[in-house]
Amino acid sequence: MSQPFYVSPEQLMKDRADFARKGVARGRAVVVVAHADGISFAGENPSRALHKVSEIYDRIAFAAVGKYNEFENLRVAGVRYADLRGYSYDRSDVTARGLANAYAQTLGAVFTQESKPYEVELVVAEVGPTAETDQLYRLTYDGSVVEEHGFVAMGAGAEQISTYLREHWQAGLDHGAALRLAVAGLVAGAPAGADGAARTVEAEALEVATLVRGRPRRSFRRHDVDEVRQALQAG
Amino acid sequence: MSPSHDGTGRLPAAFLAADTSSFVEFLGRHAPHTLASLAPPPGTAGTPLTPHATTIVALACADGVVMAGDRRATAGSVIASRDIVKVHPADAHSAIGIAGAAGIGLEMIRLFQVELEHFEKIEGATLSLEGKATRLAAMVRGNLGMALQGLAAVPLFAGWDLTHTRGRIFSFDATGGRYTESDHHSIGSGSYFARGSMKKRWRHGITTAEAAAVAVEALFDAADDDSATGGPDVVRRIWPVVAVVDAAGYRELDDSQVEALVRDLLDRRQDDDNPGGAVPEVGGTPA
Repeated sequence: MSQPFYVSPEQLMKDRADFARKGVARGRAVVVVAHADGISFAGENPSRALHKVSEIYDRIAFAAVGKYNEFENLRVAGVRYADLRGYSYDRSDVTARGLANAYAQTLGAVFTQESKPYEVELVVAEVGPTAETDQLYRLTYDGSVVEEHGFVAMGAGAEQISTYLREHWQAGLDHGAALRLAVAGLVAGAPAGADGAARTVEAEALEVATLVRGRPRRSFRRHDVDEVRQALQAG
Repeated sequence: MSPSHDGTGRLPAAFLAADTSSFVEFLGRHAPHTLASLAPPPGTAGTPLTPHATTIVALACADGVVMAGDRRATAGSVIASRDIVKVHPADAHSAIGIAGAAGIGLEMIRLFQVELEHFEKIEGATLSLEGKATRLAAMVRGNLGMALQGLAAVPLFAGWDLTHTRGRIFSFDATGGRYTESDHHSIGSGSYFARGSMKKRWRHGITTAEAAAVAVEALFDAADDDSATGGPDVVRRIWPVVAVVDAAGYRELDDSQVEALVRDLLDRRQDDDNPGGAVPEVGGTPA
């Protein structure tokens, strides 16, 4: 009888984390930027139908990078969670904090119990009545939650994008400026072409949406190509 | 409410299943107790447990549809509410009104609103107007047990058909039957009188403003002959709810607009030498 290999828990967790991290880093980046008029999301996504950014509830949105089927699963679960809660209690009782918790538990359980961890990274964002009350939660494959302020970058080149945003983001940006910043961030995170020229990101290749501040009920809006192009040119 | 039953806080498997875009089906499987209101209650039939909501009218017009409802709910011969709102947006491009058991009807509206929004969010696309009406019919059928015990609530549904770019009206019966109404329709205890009124006043291709005036007049005529339908309350300034659904979506006329329609109607009726019978003869009753 062959002796099963002993793998230490540390090694096991490390292997799983490396595996998940690699999967996430392959996904194209998504940038979330909070600003005076709401919270905007921008990501490179050639598809018009398969979204990386979606509405969860009145003031809550979801952004994800990584494996589509896995984060899509989580998105649908989030919509069910929010609608069930809002229907059972009141619309005001659905919060990003509650949803982030449910996601964290789910990701954590999958990370330790299932045969492979989810290769995803998520942001759950809630737009508040004022910029100070906005909430941004970043969730990673192992179920850790980090509350972020101002901006979040995930996916390929996330570190470079974060560095860029840290230098350029400031409180009180308007909607257009926030979109230009997000796209500049995406460019900063993209590897330069073979000739060394910086890559540009066209409006057609972007998925852009905003949680608009001050709306009475559903605040989530997608922006079409014309709106994005206009916002980018205005700068 | 913790989302999980196993105490870990993890989202249950039903949440992560990819099998339905319907909120009602999801509830039925995962949280059937929340749908308990749609199951027949034990106890005796015929006791009025919830106020009765009355007349709703809907009319097609050139640019869409108009739906209006009076503001009264009754419990037997007592007025239970003077300002109940029975016409609501179902989603951005449709309106729903209810008649019958108020508690059940308003709950049906709430569930239907979540159902439509839920589908829209999960699928990333809105249901067709027919699809919405079919979902509503299924929800009405789900209430059949209660209806047989005397707690029937029946909706009237109208909306803008984005595919065929026109307004459409759907009516329902308690068994879940779904009927397309082409010109105008009314439900509730005052519906016979409202229908009679609309038959005379409605014309093909009327404008939205004209349709709103016809709707207000139909409700006035219903209230004139049906004690359970509330007329415009000039003293408290409580006016019917008048909603318009057209290509731009759902909107409600504001109070001042409806008040103007009501005042205009009252003036016309007062000036008319035949305001609808029961006018005392000048110079006293003849011998």
